[in-house]
Amino acid sequence: MTAPPALCVDRLSVEFRTRSGLVRALDDVTFSVRKSETIALVGESGSGKSVTAYAIMGLLDPAGRVTNGQAMFDGIDLLAASPKQLAAVRGRQISMIFQNPRTALNPIRPVGRQIADVLIRHGKVPAREAPQQAVEMLRAVGISDPGRRASAYPFEMSGGMCQRVMIAIALAAKPSLLIADEPTTGLDVTTQAVIMDLISDLATERGMATIFITHDLALASQRARRIVVMHAGHVVENAPTADLCAEPRHPYTAELIAATPDSAASLDDLAAIPGSLPDLRRTDLPPCRYSERCPRKTELCAQPLTRRAVGAEHIVACWNPLPAHVPLKLAIGAS
Amino acid sequence: MTVLFDAERVSKFFPVGGGSSQLARLKRRLSGGAERLPKVYAVDNVSLIIKKGETVGLVGESGCGKSTLVRALTRLIDVSGGSIKLGGRELALKPARVFARDRDRARIQMVFQDAGDSINPRFTAFDAIADPLRRLRHIRGKTLKERVEVVAGQCGLPPVLLSRFPHQLSGGQRARVGIARAIATEPDLLVLDEPTAALDVSVQAVILQLLQQLKRELGMSYLFVSHDLSLVRLLCDHVMVMYLGKIVELGPARAVFERPWHPYTQALVAAVPRFAGAAPERLRLKGEPRSPIDPDPNVCRFYGRCPIGASDCKSKAPVLRRIGSRHVACHFAEEFVVQRVGPVHAAQATRQI
Repeated sequence: MTAPPALCVDRLSVEFRTRSGLVRALDDVTFSVRKSETIALVGESGSGKSVTAYAIMGLLDPAGRVTNGQAMFDGIDLLAASPKQLAAVRGRQISMIFQNPRTALNPIRPVGRQIADVLIRHGKVPAREAPQQAVEMLRAVGISDPGRRASAYPFEMSGGMCQRVMIAIALAAKPSLLIADEPTTGLDVTTQAVIMDLISDLATERGMATIFITHDLALASQRARRIVVMHAGHVVENAPTADLCAEPRHPYTAELIAATPDSAASLDDLAAIPGSLPDLRRTDLPPCRYSERCPRKTELCAQPLTRRAVGAEHIVACWNPLPAHVPLKLAIGAS
Repeated sequence: MTVLFDAERVSKFFPVGGGSSQLARLKRRLSGGAERLPKVYAVDNVSLIIKKGETVGLVGESGCGKSTLVRALTRLIDVSGGSIKLGGRELALKPARVFARDRDRARIQMVFQDAGDSINPRFTAFDAIADPLRRLRHIRGKTLKERVEVVAGQCGLPPVLLSRFPHQLSGGQRARVGIARAIATEPDLLVLDEPTAALDVSVQAVILQLLQQLKRELGMSYLFVSHDLSLVRLLCDHVMVMYLGKIVELGPARAVFERPWHPYTQALVAAVPRFAGAAPERLRLKGEPRSPIDPDPNVCRFYGRCPIGASDCKSKAPVLRRIGSRHVACHFAEEFVVQRVGPVHAAQATRQI
């Protein structure tokens, strides 16, 4: 728990130039992940989860620009690093599992070769031995008959198997930080459970730090030690999983929990979150981007947003947070 | 409650590895190959009953035949065998092309998975909702306009949105258009294929509550297909669990999820992420499903992935039999019933990787 941070993201801001104006996709995003810790980035689509990951990896679209902030990893600032420095880190020390394995894998290269490529480039494995090691990687991620599967193309495999190949590629060079962007979206619950087990087993085994991006709060609550809730490019709450689930302090987190089907006893208990994400192209965005949807809005909310510590490692960006020690139901009912 | 929809021993097989036309068959015979092609048993002898006003859930992993079953039941494709009755009238014998203009077409409607993909991008919301009314109810002009507006109102779509194209609508609004189109012809049975899969949790609840409200107001029955078991638990009266073309467990939704009896259902329930729950149970399915191509009729479809996997399972395929309020297709279902063994204990007994 007291391990030093593996990655420290500090006040990261990202903008995208588009034809219809400047999109302020991320604003002041701050969080860190320690060695062998798993954290989850949670939020609706469009909240900036993936952009955060892409910015850290230096894979932003050319229209995107990091306007502020740092991402310290192993003594270097990833956001200011030269392409050469980045290339040495990426794939070797930091790797990423992309959202859709079918589009992220090279469709015209056998999967075994794709793994071998990483091993040769980043894993210091001699080209002669790489194919054999690739087969071993496939075995490690639980693909049966790996020798035969290594020569298969992605289209010959099921979604679950492609996802495993993706994981094998991400882990081939034994990274110390893994970013998993919705690694199980579109998979069956049974496959999802197996893939998540696989990632957490490998993380524990190798002391790997993991950033797990998902929109499924139930899944995040089960797999991550800490949850970072994002809304419209802001981090609104950052807390240890147990605290966040039992006692959410940001109104958005509370609404998100109430909208999770598993937490509801009946359909009537299942809540919707009123309103939608604000248009991030607006020039008159309020300091708190949730304030226009927020039932707890006060006059203070027009002030610049500050992060407040409300507990051990529990940070909330809200002027009027929910009180502590209030049962969840009541907290929402009151709002 | 009266029976609305009664499907009996419905099967759908797809030949694989060559054309099934007469010419293709002749060619194969001349070249000395086998005339009969191997078949994928996508749906194999499935029976179900939906009562009036009831919601039945259908769950199972991708590739288990859910979608094929739904397409067969809604008569979008022809069945290979079995009977499908709506209010006593046999529908299975009509070719799908003929049924498309049948008077009962309007009585079974479907809400498709991703409203963004299932609405013609060149149709406005109005046209999308009006389409089934024009084709099946032959309504035109002012009556049509009125009806579309009424239905849109029921689904919470303000009239200003009716002139918009799908790409100008948000995900939630598109879902509403998809639902409005399906209920426009006042169907008795609405088939919902993962209606909220493409939506954020923030809008999911509104759409589900809308569906629930429409069901009460219009007295429809629902067949709800989903892989999200926590939604099925909230929405459905009964649930059917499907595995490789067969129903493996069927019963009252709450009971099935609280105490699943079939080993596949147990694994499925154990895999659902629980909000702020205890550490996930490690009851995991290993390996890939068996091949659905010409399956051995004497082997249980779940054999090989099943934690029980006794010798009986590969010599005699279990049939779906009634136990109390449910139907289960497993030789060993009673063990879970009699000993009241929950899935947790079962997991301990059969722990895997």
